[in-house]
Amino acid sequence: MLKIKGLHKSYPIGDSSLHVLKGIDLQVEEGEMVAIMGSSGSGKSTLLNIIGMLDEADEGEYILDGLPIENLNEKKAAVYRNKFLGFIFQSFNLINYKNALENVALPLYYQGMKRKERQEKALFHLGKVGLADWAQHLPKELSGGQNQRVAIARALAANPKLLLADEPTGALDTKTSHEIMAFIQQLNDEGKTILMVTHEEDIASMCKRIVRLRDGVIMEDAKVEQIRAEQYV
Amino acid sequence: MFKFLFDRDTWQEVFDSFNKNKLRSVLTMVGVWWGILLLIVLLGSARGMENSFNRLFGDFATNSVFVWGESTSKAFKGFQKGRWVKLTLSDAKKVEENVEGIEFVVPRSQSQATVTRKFLSGAFQMAGDYPLLDRVQKKKLIHGRFINQADIDDNKKVALLSEDCYKQLFEKDEKAIGEYVQINSMNFKVIGIFKNGDVNMGPTTDMHIPFTTFQQIYNRGDRIGWMMITGKPEYDIKQIEADTKLLLKNLNKVHPKDGRAFGSFNLGKEFSKITGFLTGMQFLTWFVGIATLIAGVFAIGNILLITIKERTKEIGVRRALGATPFEIKRQIVVEAVFLTLVAGVVGIISGGWILILIDALYGQGPDASLVNASVSIAVVFIALLLLTALGTLIGLIPAFKATSIKPIQALREE
Ligand SMILES: Nc1ncnc2c1ncn2[C@@H]1O[C@H](COP(=O)(O)OP(=O)(O)OP(=O)(O)O)[C@@H](O)[C@H]1O
Ligand SMILES: [Mg+2]
Repeated sequence: MLKIKGLHKSYPIGDSSLHVLKGIDLQVEEGEMVAIMGSSGSGKSTLLNIIGMLDEADEGEYILDGLPIENLNEKKAAVYRNKFLGFIFQSFNLINYKNALENVALPLYYQGMKRKERQEKALFHLGKVGLADWAQHLPKELSGGQNQRVAIARALAANPKLLLADEPTGALDTKTSHEIMAFIQQLNDEGKTILMVTHEEDIASMCKRIVRLRDGVIMEDAKVEQIRAEQYV
Repeated sequence: MFKFLFDRDTWQEVFDSFNKNKLRSVLTMVGVWWGILLLIVLLGSARGMENSFNRLFGDFATNSVFVWGESTSKAFKGFQKGRWVKLTLSDAKKVEENVEGIEFVVPRSQSQATVTRKFLSGAFQMAGDYPLLDRVQKKKLIHGRFINQADIDDNKKVALLSEDCYKQLFEKDEKAIGEYVQINSMNFKVIGIFKNGDVNMGPTTDMHIPFTTFQQIYNRGDRIGWMMITGKPEYDIKQIEADTKLLLKNLNKVHPKDGRAFGSFNLGKEFSKITGFLTGMQFLTWFVGIATLIAGVFAIGNILLITIKERTKEIGVRRALGATPFEIKRQIVVEAVFLTLVAGVVGIISGGWILILIDALYGQGPDASLVNASVSIAVVFIALLLLTALGTLIGLIPAFKATSIKPIQALREE
């Protein structure tokens, strides 16, 4: 599904530069659910953003679903993001003047799908996260957990191969976090490949594999016994 | 390519972002609205002014010059200086035949005459004229007809009276055509009544009689008072004036450098001063209007730039969801064009209303100062085209700004 080799990334800071990723090798198979952990500033988000083609690596190889990702221009990156990737953010990143349905339909709009078809599909995905009755509500009228569920529906709408989540439960309380994790686990059960950044051990333990970063390299990479989130809900 | 313009979503997006910043959007549109309003009102007024000038001068062939003889200031070929130059019919004929670019030459003679009818009488300016005069200086006939060739050929004793003249000699509403008046004790049949124009070129004339009749009763022989020369539209009337004078000097044995021997009044020159002024007005109007317009469009661009900055994160999200930079740019440009066009159309409509008002206030009656103040569809079309072009150009700045940063930077923005 995903293969990374010798990935380097540094940020210029004034005259010097901050070397954040110092040679990352990572391989993720289809259907995996991987947690990326590490202390703050260890480069977790940087790695995820490069995988998500929101940012570019300085050096290294990146193959997504057999497709080498290189010499990306913005247009190509946009098309790949739209086709292959779904994003879930810590702060939801919903568009505040659009209702739940319109938010979910947005990636489909950029796919060029017809309005009617788009709305049907968006409503279907909203239903999957249990928010069909909230379709016409604006983000500010929904709770944090509901907003994140809208965001998950939006990430799923375009039927991506890979779901990228940067601390999807970071802004939620424990109970809501577990609900969201239950959803994500369910998606994984249905076969979606999921990559998520977190620094909470209990959230990480709900994945099937944990990758730990430290000082820009992978320190530990281990399969774990998945803890089901449903039991806490 | 332009399919997106017919897409409901494109307009939903425009509408949403307008709604988000309603007050601000409206305020920015004021600039463009004002610019286009100014353009329409000023252009319309300039047109109204031009129309009223045209109404004033419309009765004249404006590409004309009047020439008459005066006294010489240089001795030449045995003649003393101070000799009065007398123009003749053959001078007029030679001018018509020899000077390049002449449409026609109308010789005229004029004198004061005493006119009586029954017990009423008065002194009037009477001119001897050819039918051609009507083409240089269109007579506004109230009744009857102008002099024709038969009148000329037979030295007929017929006369046209001005409205004022008629009022002095006739009772109110009395029939005049076919009646007789005594001019210098000779019976003349009245064939027409004309209205004096608002503007008079040359001396005022109260009566017209056939040129040949005039020459006969005053015993003028070949001598004429002055000639009216009308040039073809494509010829420069100043050149015609110079050529004519040179020819006349030659024919009348006047020193070629004598600047006093002939008097003239160049209608074309005077008229082109006025049209030059009008053209200048129009130019100024376009300049002021377009400058205001550009300022207004810049204001829109500026606001869009601020809005785009506020929406950086949203744009980042859209790009994460797969919006290409082109799609983002296109949307911003559509917004800019939309705001400019709406402001422009409202400006055109309110400008139109003001012109209607101006027309009601200053455009009525025969001596209105602004006749039919209006702008043509072409001007409206040009204005709209200009707005679209300016809107597109100005929209491109925030559009490029919005996509100049990486999506990840946009997403980090708070
Ligand atoms: N655009 C940038 N410019 C400069 N430095 C950056 C930039 N983005 C990230 N960094 C730096 O790179 C390092 C890694 O950042 P990153 O966001 O990947 O950390 P993280 O592991 O996600 O941390 P956290 O758990 O706090 O989210 C940090 O030291 C950060 O300050
Ligand atoms: Mg992070």
